[in-house]
Amino acid sequence: MSLSLDDVKRVANLARIEISEDEARKALIQLSGIFGLIEQMQAVDVSAITPMSHAQDVMQRLRADGATEIDQRELFQSVAPQVEAGLYLVPKVIE
Amino acid sequence: MLNASLKQLSAMLAARKISSVELTSEFLKRSRALNPEYNAFITLDERTSLAQAQAADILIGSGRGQPLTGVPIAQKDIFCTKGWLTTCGSKMLSNFISPYDAHVIGRFNAVGAVNIGKTNMDEFAMGSSNETSFYGPVKNPWDTAAVPGGSSGGSACAVAARMAPAATGTDTGGSIRQPAALCGISGLKPTYGLVSRYGMIAFASSLDQGGPMAKSAEDLGLMLNVMAGFDARDSTSLEREPEDYTRDLEKPLDGLRIGLPKEYFVKEIAEDVARAVEAAIGQYRKLGAETVEVSLPNTKLSVPVYYVLAPAEASSNLSRFDGVRYGYRAPDYLDLNDMYRKTRAQGFGSEVKRRILIGTYVLSHGYYDAYYIQAQKLRRLMAQDFAEAFKECDIIMGPTSPTVAFDLGERSSDPVQMYLSDAYTIAVNLAGLPAMSIPVGFGHKNRPVGLHIIGNYFAEAQMLNVAHQYQLESDWHTRMPKE
Repeated sequence: MSLSLDDVKRVANLARIEISEDEARKALIQLSGIFGLIEQMQAVDVSAITPMSHAQDVMQRLRADGATEIDQRELFQSVAPQVEAGLYLVPKVIE
Repeated sequence: MLNASLKQLSAMLAARKISSVELTSEFLKRSRALNPEYNAFITLDERTSLAQAQAADILIGSGRGQPLTGVPIAQKDIFCTKGWLTTCGSKMLSNFISPYDAHVIGRFNAVGAVNIGKTNMDEFAMGSSNETSFYGPVKNPWDTAAVPGGSSGGSACAVAARMAPAATGTDTGGSIRQPAALCGISGLKPTYGLVSRYGMIAFASSLDQGGPMAKSAEDLGLMLNVMAGFDARDSTSLEREPEDYTRDLEKPLDGLRIGLPKEYFVKEIAEDVARAVEAAIGQYRKLGAETVEVSLPNTKLSVPVYYVLAPAEASSNLSRFDGVRYGYRAPDYLDLNDMYRKTRAQGFGSEVKRRILIGTYVLSHGYYDAYYIQAQKLRRLMAQDFAEAFKECDIIMGPTSPTVAFDLGERSSDPVQMYLSDAYTIAVNLAGLPAMSIPVGFGHKNRPVGLHIIGNYFAEAQMLNVAHQYQLESDWHTRMPKE
């Protein structure tokens, strides 16, 4: 398959990464090379194979439905870019 | 002392021939002196390290010391370390002081080991050369024109240059074994689930695994005894009885069946690497092992499969870096979406952005089945290949890397060439198997060569035995680079 410049820009938008026209062109060349490598996968017939999502056949553990964490809001917010009155500050979303 | 094993250092500390403060000071002094040249450490915090050493001396004095009490260990900067800068090699986390310890760090703290610093690494563990770190490339101490390998290149360099007696690493597609091979040290990637990933900043969750890096297999066993163990906070952590991974070190190798995959011994291997690996295999025959040819027919697909699955998981894991709760935030933006886009564009380096774009693409509408599901099916085929091979042999061997360390900058403009550096290591992560690399000689420009030893699930003690018996008969693991 071949990627287009629009594909690169669309994916960058989905990934929430700002990309300039120049960067998109450069990314297109590199991603096309990588997808050329990835395309080798398509030659194998795997219709009878079950996908493997985990190396071990293990069941997801469940824990008791109870609060175990102590309040560490101040500690966790001490590394945040912007906080006020115990809240994380972000640009206004709703007018 | 610089070349002493962990076992020897531990014995010296227990006998009070040296204090942990003296030992730690010695390695800190050396790390400070060599770091401007090698760039192996991102953070050295002498006050905290020496405070830990003082506490260790008290523990030893009270008779409650354990095998690694008071021993300095370098920690890869991917492990969250309370009160220390934890950057993961990224501008995105360049201001992040972790509020908690990773499980692995907690276990080292519990036995009184000393954290001697945080080692440099490829950004978010994405790389095969340690050239993608925000903090600059690490140099290979055997030849500073060469890369140390990645992504645990800082850890490998620190151990090889004797800036630390041992270090931690993480391995998603070969990131412990490949730098261990390229720097001439020993490194072990355990069975997936054996070492908790809690507090280990996630790259590709179904592949990432922490493990030890040290001079010898014996040292790796001592490290793994501390690192491995069940952790309820990691839902993929395996509940198993604790093991002593050093228990089988002295077993003779008579009758050991070594599988040599025909797909690993092909013309793509550099001649110097092939020569050293074949000599090591010859040594194993002298030690009583027999070799059998096995086949891993889907080996060639491991790199393509990996570069679908790892970026897919990375694109999801790295979505948490958005400039809201921690880490870097772009200074100027128009609205929330613009803040996300600018923060991530400025905070991530080009390799990380490239992999997020690949991952986002293969998971996007219309491509999910063709790429992601197809890759997960091929992943099962590869695991089945290993299962078939292990019916014929006890252990699999081959080269860790197709070449010795390459020059800095040699492959950085060609991602595909760079990705092929891990061609022999990736399949092990896809299958979740344990594997290790040990030094077996030198090749081109006197750069080290590693032997790749792959074991069946939970065969760590056996692999360490196999590696240790070789190291009893060779001295490659004791050699130090000239300064």
